[in-house]
Amino acid sequence: MTLFASISPMWLATRGAGVVAFLLLTTTMALGVAGVLRLQARGWPRFALDAIHRSAALLALVFVGVHVATTVLDGYVDVRWIDAVVPFASGYRTFFVGLGAVAFDILLALAISGILRQRIGHRTWRAIHWAAYACWPIALVHTIGTGSDSGSVWLLAVIALCCATVAAAVVARLGVLRGDPSPPAPPAAGRTTSTGRTRARAVAR
Amino acid sequence: MSRDGHQAERLEVDPIACAGHGLCAELLPELIELDDWGYPLLANGGEVPPELAALARRAADACPTLALHRLRVAAAAGVGRATP
Repeated sequence: MTLFASISPMWLATRGAGVVAFLLLTTTMALGVAGVLRLQARGWPRFALDAIHRSAALLALVFVGVHVATTVLDGYVDVRWIDAVVPFASGYRTFFVGLGAVAFDILLALAISGILRQRIGHRTWRAIHWAAYACWPIALVHTIGTGSDSGSVWLLAVIALCCATVAAAVVARLGVLRGDPSPPAPPAAGRTTSTGRTRARAVAR
Repeated sequence: MSRDGHQAERLEVDPIACAGHGLCAELLPELIELDDWGYPLLANGGEVPPELAALARRAADACPTLALHRLRVAAAAGVGRATP
């Protein structure tokens, strides 16, 4: 307790919320990358992995909100509300805080387009969703370069864990992409016919 | 939502958009099963009983390619109003 006595609780909260948000973003990113693989974890239906992907993303947005609010309200550093969305304008660590604003803007766009996916259509949603691949690396550099904890051993350990997680998902995906280009599961043995796929045929019950 | 206010609903799969992810069958096994290739087969012409409407909505939302459409069915005529 004495260790933190001189530090404002707001400033501790902003650091904590930032790290939690990055952990959630990592979860989202890894599941997103792996989700395209049609990975089927034992005992985990696919819709559950998809639901965690969406929930973790929204929760990350909440923690980013806390992260921003506590940073601004604390007043310890020169970061204004507008610096959360307009990049590279803050007085405090202009470049690295600016990257945080870029990642926040992308995350907002991803969340809004995700919620409106049924309305804007799959093609538009997908085009916007490509930006997700920029969001995580930008947030990563922001995490490394900003704040009181940058360079501390525990934060580097968390960052290493996150990088390993995303790298594993990417490697798995690249491996699958190289291995089998045809996504659908092969038909049961002995039932292959020359008619090929039967799609969406209505069956009476 | 009262029963009286409920609008009949039908599910339809866009065979071009469907990529056989199979999430719909996980969420709505009452109406959707997968063929040997992993593509959905709709029971009962895709007609959704009122008690399954919430699950049908969830299945349509979960589809990674938005290939599962919910069509409102006119109560009297029983004809889909939305364009396929």
